[in-house]
Amino acid sequence: MTGEPEPVAPPIFLERRSYRRRRLWDAVRLLPFLGAVLWMVPLMWPMPDGADGQGVSTSSALLYIFAVWVFLAFVARLLWRGTSQTADPPD
Amino acid sequence: MVTLNQLVFVCLAYVVGLFAVAFWAERAAIRGRGNRWLRSPMVYTLSLSIYCTAWTFYGAVGYAARSGLEYLTIYLGPSLVMIGWWWILRRLVRIGRSQRVTSIADLISSRFGKSNTLAVVVTVMAVIGVTPYIALQLQSVVLSLAIFAAPDPLLAVGEDGGFNKGQAAFWVAAGLAVFTLLFGTRNLNVNERHHGVVIAVAVEAVVKLFALIAVGSFVVWGLAGGLGETMARIDASAIGRWEVEGGRWVALTMVSAAAFLCLPRMFQVMVVENDEERHLQIASWAFPLYLVLISLFVVPIAVIGLDLMPAGSNPDLFVLSLPLSQGQNGLAMLAFLGGFSSATSMVIVATLALSTMVSNHIVMPIWLNAGSSGAVQSGDVRAVVIRARRLSVLLIIGFGFLYYRVSGGSSALAAIGTISFGGVAQFLPALLGGIFWRGGTRAGALAGLGVGFSLWVFTMLLPSFGQGAALSVATFEQGVLGLGWLRPQALFGVTGLDPTVHAVFWSVGLNALSFIVVSLVTFPDPIERLQGAQFVNVLEHAGPARGWTATLAGSEDLMIMSQRILGASEAQAFFASHARAQGLPGDLPEPTSDFVQALERELAASVGAATAHAMVSQIVGGTSVSVQDLMAVADESAQMLEYSSQLEAKSRELSATAAQLRSANEKLTQLSLQKDTFLSQISHELRTPMTSIRSFSEILRDAGSMSTEEKTRYASIIHSETIRLTRLLDDLLDLSVLENGQVTLYPAQGRLSDVLDRAQATALAGQSDPIRVVRDDGPEDIHLHTDLDRLVQVFINLVTNAHKYCRADAPELRITVTRRPDDLVVDFVDNGAGLNAEARAVIFEKFSRVAGQDGEGAGLGLAICREVMLRLGGSIEYLPGMAGTGFRVTLPLEAIEAPQKPDIAGISAAS
Repeated sequence: MTGEPEPVAPPIFLERRSYRRRRLWDAVRLLPFLGAVLWMVPLMWPMPDGADGQGVSTSSALLYIFAVWVFLAFVARLLWRGTSQTADPPD
Repeated sequence: MVTLNQLVFVCLAYVVGLFAVAFWAERAAIRGRGNRWLRSPMVYTLSLSIYCTAWTFYGAVGYAARSGLEYLTIYLGPSLVMIGWWWILRRLVRIGRSQRVTSIADLISSRFGKSNTLAVVVTVMAVIGVTPYIALQLQSVVLSLAIFAAPDPLLAVGEDGGFNKGQAAFWVAAGLAVFTLLFGTRNLNVNERHHGVVIAVAVEAVVKLFALIAVGSFVVWGLAGGLGETMARIDASAIGRWEVEGGRWVALTMVSAAAFLCLPRMFQVMVVENDEERHLQIASWAFPLYLVLISLFVVPIAVIGLDLMPAGSNPDLFVLSLPLSQGQNGLAMLAFLGGFSSATSMVIVATLALSTMVSNHIVMPIWLNAGSSGAVQSGDVRAVVIRARRLSVLLIIGFGFLYYRVSGGSSALAAIGTISFGGVAQFLPALLGGIFWRGGTRAGALAGLGVGFSLWVFTMLLPSFGQGAALSVATFEQGVLGLGWLRPQALFGVTGLDPTVHAVFWSVGLNALSFIVVSLVTFPDPIERLQGAQFVNVLEHAGPARGWTATLAGSEDLMIMSQRILGASEAQAFFASHARAQGLPGDLPEPTSDFVQALERELAASVGAATAHAMVSQIVGGTSVSVQDLMAVADESAQMLEYSSQLEAKSRELSATAAQLRSANEKLTQLSLQKDTFLSQISHELRTPMTSIRSFSEILRDAGSMSTEEKTRYASIIHSETIRLTRLLDDLLDLSVLENGQVTLYPAQGRLSDVLDRAQATALAGQSDPIRVVRDDGPEDIHLHTDLDRLVQVFINLVTNAHKYCRADAPELRITVTRRPDDLVVDFVDNGAGLNAEARAVIFEKFSRVAGQDGEGAGLGLAICREVMLRLGGSIEYLPGMAGTGFRVTLPLEAIEAPQKPDIAGISAAS
């Protein structure tokens, strides 16, 4: 090879840290969808009816929904910690 | 027991404290101090809590007591929006910053070509949608006051002598108006932000959270006896089972998410008052946590309230009445303050946001139109804007008060809230379509908003007044004008849906559908397309791309106008800094496109994009879209199109050139081959006579004695060979001249029969046994106008050839002349053997001689004939299918002279 410059193309594989950062941003983007899915789980809960089941008690429903809530806030905070180093999210 | 007077005193003290905090914040902001506090992400997160109004504070408990866990949807939607900040809020904040957006109406109108019509529509819709909400806050404050005033707190609702609800509502409204006026309309530039208000809202956020948690803790640990016990009592209560209808769960979550984005007050604190984009991500986890805390104790309070309070008491007020009934006056006071905080902060910010919209999009345009000379007139516009804004504040709070008085404040809090949410959710398609889809047009936005809003009024707002109130019972049952598909709670015959789900589904669905369909079939004007590109690509492009053709604008006119809006000193500073940036002495910058652009942004921050645009265009005049801008509209796609078409053209050109080159190369190769052949043939032709000349001249030189006859014989051989050489060279020269097209023709007039006579005479002159020539005089009598000498040359050649090569016993050449419609044909046919196919193919080539025939010709004769005939516009070809060898000479029609001028022809031929 002579001293010709190689054409500059965006690298396909990133080094470990930027790879991790990108996946963190992916998580930031996907988290609301996870939240939506988890919060739509109650749609599948049985309704109390006279015949068989008692349905789901309000206390357990309350626990589930608030647990998801705290979990989402917690993950969002972790992601904020992880991504706050990068000024601009990659598009 | 707390007396009403004590309560009023505490309230006033609280408000004064709030005033002090707001005042301190304003002062600190002006002096540039305390930024760490004023601009902290915590304050930003807390200011978002104006989402939680008195509806949340009181109403959520009532909601839970009535419908179980459904109340949570009101918080789940906003939590999802916050957690998904990356998708929508990030864009909104970026757009708000780069376009200096002042309100949601401003954003939508700015996106769709700075249309003031759109701004007015959105403003009116927002006012209609939010007024019940403001009334709701007044109602909650009055209700909570009434509880303290009532002799028996357990009977919360009920008119009694000591307390005039109407009066109380009036004073609450007046107090809120004063607070809003003092801190909301002091400064004009919205982008300078209302630090006082934001800090006050943050403080109130803490107060209401603290109050609700205090009441909740008291209920759980004080009344119920611990967490486990509370859980057991929850399950044992009337709302102890999960009974939320799926459709409502989804629809309400979506509506509250949409309202969170579209509520004017949320837009104000989330987008307009946002200092840093970074705060958004912190709020993305902090705000959901705030919502968790504020809704945590709602169900316990509701359940214990249902347990302890007598039947018939208003569950909306359990937060207050529970502590009161237990004699916890201090806690009740705190709860009251919490509710008061929620109500006041919401009213202040909502009023602020709405008044900005009303003054910027309704009052200012009217005022600008009313002024005779428009934007360039004397007087400080700032005063007008601020007056307009203050008027709007009073107007909006007045509307709220009026609504409260008219509606009588009887409906459940949650129902009013849901209706209001449904109303503002109608902005969602235009908003999202505007920031994600460049194809959205103004007509589409107007259509969507119109359809969605009408459906909302018909299916949600009007039915909320009850059957027989705004809409008759008949309308509910049979539809408008008896049309069954126009029933407000069963549109298009879809029955069995929950009214809320039904209303949301149809209004938002058809809203989005009309927006998309109308956008698809209409065409946006240039400003719309520019704005669309900037909004949708806000994350890619840093700066604005459009500009003013500002050469017409005098800087002075702009200066006069800006002084009146920004204030004299601010405007001068702004102009001076731009003049410095342009490197000009003095304080007046050149009105470049960039400068006018910046100025418009600056003005937009005060009076809204549409108004600022209108004012600047009044001065700058004419078009606001330059050719460069139009180029920018056509940006990437057009550039790519152009580029690819250029590439295509180039590649076409290249392939055409390559084809040309290839054919040229082939021709050259062929020519080179021909030349080689030609050279070898010609050297051979020259060599033969040269050889005999040389040998005979050597004999003459070397032979000592030689008879005179011998000498004469040898010399005459040399002579004849020389003649042959000369003739060959003459022929070659002739051919080269003909082939190069350098030949000069000498057209003359003459008769064909004469030409043939000459040719026959010349060719056969001096021949011992000439070939017999058969001719027919009749058709030959044709006058020609062409180079007769050249024609004779061709004929001579043909006759000579026939004479030389015809091997018949009685050689005979038949010359036939035929006049055809578009040419003249002369055939020379002899009675010889003819030519075989091989010979025919090459007979007209140079140096081609028919094999097996001797003769002294060099084989150039027919080649010359062909060239001559080409020059004369005719042709010569071999005539197949004859008894002997035949050639056909064709002359073009132009060569034929009309026969009525024989004299002239004769003279010409003679001369």
